[in-house]
Amino acid sequence: MADVIKKATRDSYGETLRDLGEEYKDLVVLDADLAAATKTGIFKNAYPERFFDCGIAEANMMGVAAGLAACGKIPFASTFAMFAAGRAFEIVRNSIGYPHLNVKIGATHAGISVGEDGATHQCNEDIALMRTIPGMTIINPCDDVEARAAVRTAIEFNGPVYMRFGRLAVPVINDRETYKFELGKGVTMKDGKDVTIVATGLMVNEALEASKALEKEGISARVVNIHTIKPLDKELICKCAKETGIIVTAEEHSVIGGLGSAVAEAVTECCPVPVVKIGVNDVYGYSGPAVELLKKFGLCAENIIEKTKYALTLK
Amino acid sequence: MDTSMKKDLQKKACKVRMGVIEGTYNAKSGHPGGSLSISDTLTYLYYNKMNVDPKNPEDPDRDRLVLSKGHTAPALYAVLAEKDYFPVEELKTLRHIGSALQGHPCININGVDMSSGSLGQGISVACGMALAGKLNNKTYKVYSILGDGEIEEGQVWEASMFASHYNLDNLVAIVDNNGLQIDGAITEVCSPEPITDKFEAFGWHVITMDGHDFDDIDRAFIEAETVTGKPVAIIQKSVKGKGVSFMENQVGWHGKAPDKDQYEQAMAELNAQLKELED
Repeated sequence: MADVIKKATRDSYGETLRDLGEEYKDLVVLDADLAAATKTGIFKNAYPERFFDCGIAEANMMGVAAGLAACGKIPFASTFAMFAAGRAFEIVRNSIGYPHLNVKIGATHAGISVGEDGATHQCNEDIALMRTIPGMTIINPCDDVEARAAVRTAIEFNGPVYMRFGRLAVPVINDRETYKFELGKGVTMKDGKDVTIVATGLMVNEALEASKALEKEGISARVVNIHTIKPLDKELICKCAKETGIIVTAEEHSVIGGLGSAVAEAVTECCPVPVVKIGVNDVYGYSGPAVELLKKFGLCAENIIEKTKYALTLK
Repeated sequence: MDTSMKKDLQKKACKVRMGVIEGTYNAKSGHPGGSLSISDTLTYLYYNKMNVDPKNPEDPDRDRLVLSKGHTAPALYAVLAEKDYFPVEELKTLRHIGSALQGHPCININGVDMSSGSLGQGISVACGMALAGKLNNKTYKVYSILGDGEIEEGQVWEASMFASHYNLDNLVAIVDNNGLQIDGAITEVCSPEPITDKFEAFGWHVITMDGHDFDDIDRAFIEAETVTGKPVAIIQKSVKGKGVSFMENQVGWHGKAPDKDQYEQAMAELNAQLKELED
């Protein structure tokens, strides 16, 4: 078996911005003193005249992005998810969301997999916060291929977009040649009839691993990748609820307000079935190596297997 | 400024003040005090300074104004109505269900360049507009009006750092220094003074002016145009409630609508001022 190629989606983000710079002359990139970490530094090196460091002032950065967008620019504002969605929430709501301006927010270092920096920087709440903003599109890609496609889609799309990227290098699971990104459309990665595992971000790979293991035990688990959390592909979610009768959700985010909540909200309206949520269980993170932390918090194939078996007892 | 132009602006400002009273009275809510303190400056900007055309409101080359102290929307709406962006009659629908005239400025209203009202945010947006002007090789100016209480918001100083760092000399921030905020005098609530020194320390060119004297307003904005390489802050000394005797310098008129008697008295006073100017 060939070696698994791994790449952090923040790298995909920075590289794609650079790749788009030539074609999109109105593309400008803002950062808040984290260009080396968010990887917008890659764009800065190629197009220094279109890169603006705002310093450690995320609230202002979001407002500046709004003003640039109001005058025809396509700003990508980048910082860690904690500060993009957390600290700057109200500016994103009032200065970007309410006037529905064409600002793209590139939020990196989302979730527990930030690792050693610990709880203050491990943002498990950003999807919940961004979901409440009317008209906000939220994309959480699962690997390098999807992340690149997401950035390209975002620049073509007119309206505010929140993109969520990770610090940890994760396996590339999509095929670079055949991959096609459709905003707002979930992707059935593996078919199954007993249960559907709906996953997003780095949990998609874990869900696939879990499904393979479950198959050996005679359990047929469908895996659906939801890269666009808002607007949610309710049609697909409801179809899965009807066809498999049970859903397990998996996300590197709080179980409150994220993918699990969105899926549960959707199925209660169309086809109420049990939804078992895997995520960060309403607690803060702590320091440690990312991969070990993911296991500690149950954000791994092993826990998906366990929770899926439990979910099946609810049928 | 020549006498006839000055008189013309004074008359327009008087009508703008009537629009403020008309709007807040019919809304039974709103912020007349701060609206009246910026009425002269807004009138001056839209009639004498800004390159704007109600027939071409989306002109990419136009000057822009972000009312960072968005609660004083009644004054902005009144000026825009006087300029024919929408009918003056519409001011009576302020804050009503179904009206375009939201309690705070909304980008969907004809002539309004940006939604605002959550204090401290407009100045950042104005910075972005000014930066876009530089990048697009446009010569437009961006004006942003802030309250003196508003500058207690930390985001204002983030924006101030940004504006001077990027040499945004196409940006003019006007601080409406009427000295009062909701809880009382700004110096007693949590003083933002010394305002002039603060903006200077943040790398701005600072000009002070009397916000109710069109000669002085004209002098200040002409000086602002000569500044290169740095943003300009105009600190305008003003009177909250200016033009309506019982509202002047009264903190209680920050966010309260006049009742019928008060409305009639205010309109009578403003009509008398207008008549005097027309004689």
